[in-house]
Amino acid sequence: MGATIKIPEPASPFPGLGVETEQGLLQWICAVDHKLIGIMYLVMSLLFFVIGGALALLIRVQLAVPLNHFLPPETFNQFFTMHGTTMIFFVAMPAIFGFSVYFVPLMIGANEMAFPRLNAFGFWMTLFGGLLLYFSFLAGGAPDAGWFNYAPLNEKNYSFHKGIDYFSMGLLISGIGSVATSINIIVTVLHYRIPGMKLNQLPLFVWMVFVNSFLLLAAFPSLNAALALLLLDRELNAHFFNTAAGGSALLWQHLFWIFGHPEVYIVILPAFGMLSEVFQVFSRKPIFGYAFVAASSVAIALLAFGVWAHHMFAVGMGNVANSFFSAASMLIGIPTGVKIFNWLGTIHGGKIRFTTSMMFAIAFLIEFTIGGVTGIAFAIFPIDWQLTDTYYVVAHLHYVFIGGTISGLLAGLFYWFPKITGRLIDERAGKWFFWLFTIGFNFTFFVQHILGMIGLPRRVYTYPNLPWYGTLNFVSTAGAMLMGVSGLVLVYIIWRYGRSGKPAGTDPWNAYTLEWATRTSPPPLKNFEELPAARGYRAWWEMKQSGLDGGAAVSQKEIEP
Amino acid sequence: MIHLVIYTEAFFFLCLIMSFIYMAYNAGFAPRELSRLDIRSAGVYTVVLIASSFTLHFAEMGYSRGKPAALKAWLIVTIVLGAVFLAGQGTEYGRLIGDNITMNGSVFGASFYTLTGFHGLHVVIGLIILLIVLILAFLGDSRSAIRTIAPYWHFVDVVWLFVFTVVYVLPQFSSI
Repeated sequence: MGATIKIPEPASPFPGLGVETEQGLLQWICAVDHKLIGIMYLVMSLLFFVIGGALALLIRVQLAVPLNHFLPPETFNQFFTMHGTTMIFFVAMPAIFGFSVYFVPLMIGANEMAFPRLNAFGFWMTLFGGLLLYFSFLAGGAPDAGWFNYAPLNEKNYSFHKGIDYFSMGLLISGIGSVATSINIIVTVLHYRIPGMKLNQLPLFVWMVFVNSFLLLAAFPSLNAALALLLLDRELNAHFFNTAAGGSALLWQHLFWIFGHPEVYIVILPAFGMLSEVFQVFSRKPIFGYAFVAASSVAIALLAFGVWAHHMFAVGMGNVANSFFSAASMLIGIPTGVKIFNWLGTIHGGKIRFTTSMMFAIAFLIEFTIGGVTGIAFAIFPIDWQLTDTYYVVAHLHYVFIGGTISGLLAGLFYWFPKITGRLIDERAGKWFFWLFTIGFNFTFFVQHILGMIGLPRRVYTYPNLPWYGTLNFVSTAGAMLMGVSGLVLVYIIWRYGRSGKPAGTDPWNAYTLEWATRTSPPPLKNFEELPAARGYRAWWEMKQSGLDGGAAVSQKEIEP
Repeated sequence: MIHLVIYTEAFFFLCLIMSFIYMAYNAGFAPRELSRLDIRSAGVYTVVLIASSFTLHFAEMGYSRGKPAALKAWLIVTIVLGAVFLAGQGTEYGRLIGDNITMNGSVFGASFYTLTGFHGLHVVIGLIILLIVLILAFLGDSRSAIRTIAPYWHFVDVVWLFVFTVVYVLPQFSSI
């Protein structure tokens, strides 16, 4: 058992640059190291999170009172479109890729991604896609047809300025980056695992990202095809989606949602992976039902392609189609529910440490379940007919995106923060952020369920002073302001403790997976010199148990919150 | 890796083909324009493209048996066949545009040019890569780039079989 394995090092981590010297900005721009690229993804995500959040606050200010005229209707349309597009494509996706390219190689005991340059390519495509999208503000106006950009609103006769062209180009470019990075991740996981780590004993985060990459590769082409057709419509006067000239508006909806619904799972599955790591480490227990967590992810990925038309119940597809997609959508609740019970089983009887990371994970369990339950209700198409395009939808999707994805990402952020920066945050500041964010979030969106049920339509820039409309909207706006404040706290925490927090050591949480086995935090450019042959999804924990970790476990004290 | 590229590309073409079917097999799709397509010449060019898959396979066999002369010769034949296919597509486009079937004229034009155009673009990209492999072969490079490009080229050919079936063959049997 004592045999160790030398980890191969890529030929030139910094082409043409010295390895050890600090090169300032140049070091970042020409970086091909997976850790630097991971950090750039995360910083990009945070930047767009602040912008997208600011747009949301402006929207909420406009909606705070009835018959408000803070924003003109055209601007309101542009803001909610940009808010949604930004949050999905330039916050959630880069955050997921950031954690993936940073931690997948580390967790499987590799020194680099399979294709380091392709990795850099993926990042820069994503970033410039985002910048191109935002350039639309300077080029006559931002896109204004909603993030799913329905035809024929996305056609020239309804949206004549260049916003939607920038939308299409920006998403095409960042989509190419996403496809490249997904291919990179799959090849890395297949070929760069430390000998002894079998595919069926990957750490769950790696497994989820791996499955997710296949899902992404299957879903994004549909968006790219739709965007290509749309660009042909707008630039060359084709008539794919122009109903007046024999095109079909419905075709856009099909193509978009064949991408769009898998996309929802693309942004949640990696968060599931992070949570699976967080629940284990902070409950001091191995995951309850590893095989079920792993297999249910595959089930979700497959079912994801059979449910897209539940976004289209209201277009009149007929009862057969509606019933099929209704049933399929409810079916997908099963593997998701399985996971919730796996996590509950993991916590049950564990020695729980309430770190900021674990708090977000527990909040996730509650909030995501609420989002899941409202989703199941929605899958019943008569209910959908009643509630479609109301604030109930807004409440549901924010419960799964913020309560689900963002909570998961934040749990992952606070879990891995000591590894990425080498420093610990002050747990008290972390708790402040947690409560501000969680209370703000629930105030903002819980009341929107009720607003939707009493008939307030979404995407309308103002509303009449009907009973409860004003009060509930005001509560929602107040909650949004709390979230805005919490966003500033988050930026402060990352800035302050990333630079001058207490040194974290290599393994502050006494964790289970190989990223904590590096010699320093943050890991040196060459992640590992050599490692014992790894076994199982808790390889590092098993090394510590059998004393193969070089005494790291003894020198590390568990951080008690 | 190339298999993953093919996997994701396959979904892209699936979407384009489904879009064509969605438009073409609906009522109101101009039968007059459909009848302008020339299945005979397209059939000949289809055979040419499929033949290029076989010649590329011979080139690959030449490579793996360590016969650089066979590799170069079959590569050249493959590239010529691919170029002939593109030329055929070009003449078809020219004839259709002469008949006033254009991108912005009708839904038929738009979906026809988009589907066959994206396929043609993939043939062009394949030809560029094959040219690079050929130049490398003449420079004495012995790396296995041909093994990477071969699955892609076969994929592009198989996609054309589906496109040909959907665009040229099936409408022959329909009542529109």
